Amino acid sequence: MSLAPPPIHNQTIDIHEVLAGRRLPRWGVPSAAAAAVVVAVLLNALGIYGGVAQTTIATILLFVVGQTIWSFVIEGRRHAMDRLATTTIYATFLLALVPLLWILFTVVQRGISVLSADFFSSSMRNVSPRRPGGGIWHALIGTIEQVLMATLIAVPIGLLVAIYLVEFGRGRLATFVSFFVDVMTGVPSIVAGLFIYTGLILALGMERSGFAASLALVLLMLPVVVRTAEEMLKLVPTDLREAAYALGVPKWITILRIVVPTALSGIITGVMLAVARVAGETAPLLLTTFLTQGVNWDLFNGPQAALPTFIWDQISSGTTASVDRAWGGAFVLILFVALLYIGARLLARVFAPKAR
Amino acid sequence: MAKRIDITDLDVYYGAFKAVEGVNLAVEPQSVTALIGPSGCGKSTVLRTINRMHEVLPGARVEGKVLLDGEDIYGVDIDPVNVRRVIGMVFQRPNPFPTMSIYGNVVAGIKLEKGRRSKKADTDELVEKSLRGANLWEEVKDRLDRPGAGLSGGQQQRLCIARAIAVEPQVLLMDEPCSALDPISTLAIEDLISQLRERFTIVIVTHNMQQAARISETTAFFNLPGPGKPGKLVEIGPTQRMFSNPTQKATEDYISGRFG
Repeated sequence: MSLAPPPIHNQTIDIHEVLAGRRLPRWGVPSAAAAAVVVAVLLNALGIYGGVAQTTIATILLFVVGQTIWSFVIEGRRHAMDRLATTTIYATFLLALVPLLWILFTVVQRGISVLSADFFSSSMRNVSPRRPGGGIWHALIGTIEQVLMATLIAVPIGLLVAIYLVEFGRGRLATFVSFFVDVMTGVPSIVAGLFIYTGLILALGMERSGFAASLALVLLMLPVVVRTAEEMLKLVPTDLREAAYALGVPKWITILRIVVPTALSGIITGVMLAVARVAGETAPLLLTTFLTQGVNWDLFNGPQAALPTFIWDQISSGTTASVDRAWGGAFVLILFVALLYIGARLLARVFAPKAR
Repeated sequence: MAKRIDITDLDVYYGAFKAVEGVNLAVEPQSVTALIGPSGCGKSTVLRTINRMHEVLPGARVEGKVLLDGEDIYGVDIDPVNVRRVIGMVFQRPNPFPTMSIYGNVVAGIKLEKGRRSKKADTDELVEKSLRGANLWEEVKDRLDRPGAGLSGGQQQRLCIARAIAVEPQVLLMDEPCSALDPISTLAIEDLISQLRERFTIVIVTHNMQQAARISETTAFFNLPGPGKPGKLVEIGPTQRMFSNPTQKATEDYISGRFG
């Protein structure tokens, strides 16, 4: 008996049978979800478990299991697996969102009550930790100045290193540099602060200042800028470079006027992400500029406050008023970072090579 | 005035690998010379040695002479950047600069040369002349400040040609300029080449034998003698004769489609 299927012309086959596949009805998934909710709530009422969190988990599990089994029966294995995978991915995504939303919600809720015009415009000078009042003005100035200075130093250096690695680096030096940039990505922020503290403040006698903090932030920003710029520059097609060389354009002008502008949109996004990352670093600040309660406009002389250290200081005081201020500071810091991200997206769109 | 090119005993290497061997080729001024041959036989490689683009790749080098009106462009005191200003190139895939407008693309060769500043009126005139020369002026004259990337494939390729001729080279090299285009755009470019031959010496690499037969006066046939061996120039001659009465068997086999 041959194992091959009989030749088609010898058999009347129902082509519909061959091609068709059964699917769940339109109301299938929603009704499975509703059923899961009902059963979970019922089990909760019966005392099998208790609480919103457990009921939610039960709902999700019941839904996933129920939907998969129902799909397996009606639609077959392939579709059932597809539904299982899709649902699991969505569920884990929502699960990952929960802590993020929780943090945002808490910060906004706790921090917003402290915000006022005064909060933004006064410092903590002469304000007792036990009393309400005072504000983040000194910390805001400090963070902005320190982060700006760090950016001004890290971005040109980072961009030049990236250009070297992509356009020129061929031999041992390039491998060496690339390796060490990778190593620098993993340096803990407190080590960066420690390096500036021992290397510059102790050994060279440099004063504690906002500038020292900026230098520590540069160490943290630099590898991120180099890596992102490198990736963006690599994305520029070789075609464009060749077109420029074929016109008789020298290499350095090609890089400056063709390659970098084409990659600019991505580089700007990378830079702003690097900035957003270091804006909240506390450890390097503690070692290099520590804190102060009053306003210090001078980046180069004397300790300067910053938002992360302000938050830390206020929480350490422990009083209700201070903790409230800490939440306010946290809210402003998150707002600052969010504004940077939004700014990055807008700038990326402005600088992107246009297609129409 | 358009110049002649004489290639003598050219060997082309990628690192230690010899890709093409012993090329002896003469290109007459103000003519179209087509380089044909099967894939991988080295015709694009040879084309790229003419404007010293080959050496942009790390480890790539050349032995032998390439003479432009008698001057060896591989001489010790010759600057490759200057060579490329005199010998322009159009590539297989259109590659307009994405950050520049159509206007910006055409003048890119002029604007990006160090130290060249020109007045707006002069550049306007140059843009119009180059776009007319590329048969693109009528189609884009109302949207010169729009991005170059917004044009169709055939228009983009004509934009690249306009960009190449705006720097007023003597020689124009074209590496399969129509292979990424539809037949109508191909026809437009071929018509353009017939007009351009009056101003420039043109060398074109093409996969399409019929195209070579249509537009060139001289045809050179390259072939690979065997796998791993360097490519060689098998035969060169007037296009008419090459396609009706080739002297080498390999040429005849290729032209009649027995391989390739």
